[in-house]
Parts: sequence; structure tokens; C-alpha cells
Amino acid sequence: MGRFHRHDDGTEHSHEHGDDAAHEHGDHSGYTTGSQRIEVLEAIFSENDIRAEVNRKSFDDNGIRALNLMSSPGSGKTTILAATLDELAGDLAVGVVEGDIATDLDAAKLGGRGAQISLLNTNNGFGGECHLDAPMVNRALAGLDLPALDLVIVENVGNLVCPAEFDVGEHAKAMVYSVTEGEDKPLKYPVMFRSVDLVLINKIDLVPHLDADVDTYIDHVRQVNQTATILAVSARTGEGMGAWFDWVRAFASAR
Amino acid sequence: MHELSLCRAIAGVVKPHAAGRRVEVVRVQVGALRQVVPESLSFCWSLVRDHEDMPEAELELEFITAEVSCRGCGRQSPIASRFSVCCPQCDSADVAVVRGEEFLVTSVDVT
Repeated sequence: MGRFHRHDDGTEHSHEHGDDAAHEHGDHSGYTTGSQRIEVLEAIFSENDIRAEVNRKSFDDNGIRALNLMSSPGSGKTTILAATLDELAGDLAVGVVEGDIATDLDAAKLGGRGAQISLLNTNNGFGGECHLDAPMVNRALAGLDLPALDLVIVENVGNLVCPAEFDVGEHAKAMVYSVTEGEDKPLKYPVMFRSVDLVLINKIDLVPHLDADVDTYIDHVRQVNQTATILAVSARTGEGMGAWFDWVRAFASAR
Repeated sequence: MHELSLCRAIAGVVKPHAAGRRVEVVRVQVGALRQVVPESLSFCWSLVRDHEDMPEAELELEFITAEVSCRGCGRQSPIASRFSVCCPQCDSADVAVVRGEEFLVTSVDVT
């Protein structure tokens, strides 16, 4: 396991030590005896980012706009998506990449609404990936007839941490944040809230039953993200959904 | 889960540079705004390195303090809070992140 120490310049280090490690902390010359140091300076996500660019080029070549839709589990992503597909049917040709650790339950909910669905189960890694990455989405795109589409929505795995780190080749990121999750989530998961272009605050029909104040939710999103569009909606009652549909139409036509 | 994925990505970056040589140390720079738990990353590395044919490779993490440049007051400052990127001088949320999002392999030692 790693150990930590602080250098004079204020940086902190952690490294693993064998049982017989005897070198001084702060003096790293002991490591290099007989070994060669190779400068790498390579972003850890570089491979994913290269593959994401390939996906983005496929979208661009086919005149498609792509949206990466993220959220925690149970926020209402799939319900919002179902309503969105119903709204856009006959208007825009939509493809959905449906990411789930296991089961085809969500893909079944989205079927029969005029959209092409490509299901991507992620349970073939170390017990199931918690996010979609660019190579996975690339495989799923083979299940869509890209030349026929205007818009691709990638429904990511429900998770507020990992999906924010992986570019899948989208042109914008949106997230669903339901009032039942609590007003503190933007502060606890700032990487995701900071990464998105739009936040849908969902389940506002439940506000009368909760100690929830939508303005506080909005304030907390603003603390980490100044520029995102924030829309309060209820996928259940349809309240506020018109503004979301308008946003999707404007996004899809911005190619 | 997350750190396991990250460790596999780290190994993916290291391997081509190692080109079959024995990897002794992998140095990784992590910005404070990355959601990386150091203890978890170190633990996951101890699992992943065996699978990736670098069982002796030690993971050395260097943390980078986050800094923001404030459009409100024009100052650049390190942020202390882990929960907000607001300007510590004037509390404005209208800031640009200058440092703290790094996540890269800086160097490796091989024999």
C-alpha cells in the first residue's frame, strides 16, 4: 500500500515500498541505481481520447450530433429518454446507445418509440464496468445505421463518478440530477457537475413531499459550474419538459 | 471500481514505453480536482500490476494542488476546499481552473 510524505515544495508523494525498502524519503536517487528513467508525460486517458476522436469523426461524417447523458442510478434518465424519443419521433432520427452493467430492461423500455437502440452491457470486465468508454461506444455504433440518423444519445451507466472522466466522442454532456438525491450532490461529485453542458433537475413533482428547495439545488450546481444550462423538470408529469425538448432540438440542429 | 479502471489505463500508457523491460517505478501526477482516492489507487495497482506483467512496479503519486483564476477579482489562488472551486479570495464561482486536473504518467524507471 502507498505511503505518503510531503516535500519541502508542498507536493505530497505516495509510493509503495517493499518490506526491505531502506532508502530515505525525499531522496529518490536510490530508485535509479542500475535502472533507466524514461520520460513519458502522457495523459492517462490519451488512448481513450484518441478513440473518442474516432467516434466524433464518425458522428461528424454522418451529420450526427451526439449527446452523452449521465446521472446517478435511479435519477430518471431512462424515463426522460423515453419521453424524449416519443416527442422527437417523426421529427428527428434518433439512435440510442444504451449502457448498462447487466440486463436489457432499459433497452426494452426504449423500444417501439421510433428510435434505433444499441444495447451495451458492460459486465465482461472486472465484474462490470461502471462507465462507458470510447472503445465500448465505438463497438455499439456498429449496431446503429449512422447515415440514417440525426442525433445519437449515449445513455451512460448510472454513476456520478467514472463517466465524467471518459470522453466517448460526444458533442455535449448532459446529466439528470433528481431532487431525491439531495441538494449536496454537486459539491460531493464536482467533477461530473463541472463537466456537463446541461443539468436536468428531475422529479420536481416530489418537492412538496420532501424538505427540498429547488433554488438550493441550482445554487449548488452554480458553485461548481457557472455556464451549464439548468432546467427543472418532472418526467412523470411533463412539467418543464418542453424546455428540455427545445434544448435537444436546438442541439441537434447545431451541426 | 473507478481506481481499478484507472490502474488499467496507467498500465496501458506504461507498457509501450517499457517495451518489454522490467518496470521498477511508475510516476503519476494527480491533480486535486481528479476524483482519485490515493489509497484505493495504490491498492488497485497492487492487483493490476501482476496482470499487466509488471509485478515489481511501484506506483509513485505526485499530487498537484488546484489553482483557480478568478474572473471576478482577477486573482489566481490555490483552492483549499475540496468541495468547491469558488475563488477563495472573493467567493466568486466565475473561475477558470488553472491547475488541478492533471492525470498523467510523467516517467517510468526500467531495467
